Amino acid sequence: MDLTEIFNLGLFTSAVRLATPLLLAALGGMFSERSGVINIALEGLMLAGAFTAASMTWYAGSPWVGLLAAVLAGAAIAGIHAVACIRYRADQVVSGTAINILLTGVPALLSGAFFLSSGSTPQIPREHLIPLTPVVIAFLLVPLTYYVLYYTPFGLRLRAVGENPEAADAAGVSVRVMRYTAVLLSGALAGIGGAYLSIGQSSLFTRNMSAGRGFIALAALIFGKWRPVQTMLACLLFGFTEAIAIQLQGVRFGGEEIPTQFVQIIPYVLTIVVLAGFIGQSRAPRSLGIPYQKEK
Amino acid sequence: MKLLRELLFPVIAVLVAFIVGGIIVWMIGDNPFQVYGLLLGSALTWPDGIGYTLFYATPLIFTGLAVAVAFRCGLLNIGAEGQLYLAAFATAWVSIKLGGTVVKDFSGASVGYGWASLPAVVLVPLAVLTAVAVGAAWGAIPGWLKARFGAHEVITTIMLNFIAIALVSYFTQYYFKGPGDPIMQTVPIGEAAHIPRLGDFVPGLPSRIPLNLAFLLAILACALVYVLLWRTKWGYEIRATGANPSAAEYGGINVRRQIVVAMAISGGLAGMVAVSEVLGYRYRYYDGFSASYGFTGIAVALLGRNHPVGVFLAALLFGMLTRGAIFVDAFSAHVTKDLVEVLQAIVILFVAAEALFRGPFGRFGLLKRSKI
Repeated sequence: MDLTEIFNLGLFTSAVRLATPLLLAALGGMFSERSGVINIALEGLMLAGAFTAASMTWYAGSPWVGLLAAVLAGAAIAGIHAVACIRYRADQVVSGTAINILLTGVPALLSGAFFLSSGSTPQIPREHLIPLTPVVIAFLLVPLTYYVLYYTPFGLRLRAVGENPEAADAAGVSVRVMRYTAVLLSGALAGIGGAYLSIGQSSLFTRNMSAGRGFIALAALIFGKWRPVQTMLACLLFGFTEAIAIQLQGVRFGGEEIPTQFVQIIPYVLTIVVLAGFIGQSRAPRSLGIPYQKEK
Repeated sequence: MKLLRELLFPVIAVLVAFIVGGIIVWMIGDNPFQVYGLLLGSALTWPDGIGYTLFYATPLIFTGLAVAVAFRCGLLNIGAEGQLYLAAFATAWVSIKLGGTVVKDFSGASVGYGWASLPAVVLVPLAVLTAVAVGAAWGAIPGWLKARFGAHEVITTIMLNFIAIALVSYFTQYYFKGPGDPIMQTVPIGEAAHIPRLGDFVPGLPSRIPLNLAFLLAILACALVYVLLWRTKWGYEIRATGANPSAAEYGGINVRRQIVVAMAISGGLAGMVAVSEVLGYRYRYYDGFSASYGFTGIAVALLGRNHPVGVFLAALLFGMLTRGAIFVDAFSAHVTKDLVEVLQAIVILFVAAEALFRGPFGRFGLLKRSKI
């Protein structure tokens, strides 16, 4: 086996496919974090989307119903995060952790009750899968997000609220409304990312099928310095490492098996390196994680 | 009165979580009272219920304390999971290498994995020390990254979790799996490294229940954390850093050092999970052995108000739920054991959104923010 057999066109297309759920979740996270709300709940939001998409597609017999349901489910769960963090000023990381735990439990509980299975949904027929649409949506969203963030009043307000909520408030922007909108949007996008996992890449929901992708998306967001294009490149890079890890599984070089674990940890190591400022500084929105309380 | 006030809020949060959980159970189509009866009833029988409840509570006491110590220093350690994984592997490694593990391969020939066979009096303390040291070292990394570079500990600990789990899976797969073993686990540790089960001493408690010496160490850890945080200068400096880093710095406390120290202590406590799981229960490192102990530790610490006594009580509650979940799975019509995770998440959400309760109840002076 030599290197040319690993680096082929198939590798690149699979990298794009693997980057898609990361990109959708990361762009979602970008809205939330740019508004000042930490979103480590991306993992749970993806699971919500994946489970809803698979079960609704199975019930309704249409992936479009499934996709729409995933968007709504993602937004609804993100709504819990939003209410806890914005209305009740909960610690955003703690709330996000709770959402992640909640969504390891809820899909399993519901599939046990409705499908009498231990955590998975029934198999969806091939003609009801959407392997391409979410990929197109994800990559079209990059220029769209860029435009919205930098060239619309909404984007300006969003960034203002995340950087300096007091000033934005004084200028008449409602910090509360902006943050609610941003967090709900993040849930909707992460929901699509989850839907792609269950009704795009595979054909059913399985327990914890996101397998840490929500956290890799978060890593890509930080690696991409909370900017749309850089985040997309980070997602592609991380998708690429995952594709290589898959290709290397069981491959032998001169009788030696190549450990895939070292390829898998690349995204995590890179993120720490960037966070520590070894290569370029990644600066978070200034008010990230700080609840805003309007002065009385 | 102060104690009552401290207890009231977590109790309300748990009750509300149970009510919300009950509604979910009812909507799924089971009788909530029957499900809760199973959940709590099966955890309180002697000896099995109580024995297993305390066994399941043991790792949660350690991870709960780990999160609480970091919290008192103003840090959120989401990395207990990675710290305990690496510690568990290292503990198994020491107990294999110095415990003289010998395994038979296909042909029946003996394959030696150890370098030496140390006696239990040396090996057990050494293995426990390894657990603490490795957990502490892995915990100190995000502390150092924060103190030196300002990298947010939440993100770095999440990343370090994945790195730790990948590393131990690599070592297990390529160096420590038994010959032809299809399961991702190491060869067994040397018998000298086994710690006694409480069933060996307590009359009426059978030895098949894996409750072991680590439970007593967990109680000891609660006491030590209390003494450390509230009776020593070190602990005072940790709490002062958590309460107000700028004021602490102004008061002459080396805030950066406190951050590293607190994260190391936190990691060391998380590492102690290895003592219960590796030395007292499985007698080997087993890939994926942790049932999210590190993350449940966050719930335990929050519910326990980041106080050792609270952590102990909260861990007992979650231990009960873990025990009862198995019976819910088996004996209720629709509800599965996953109900426990849902309850846990609701508890965390309500504890985190404390202001929700402070609104209506706060006026009566019942719920005030706990002081440092």
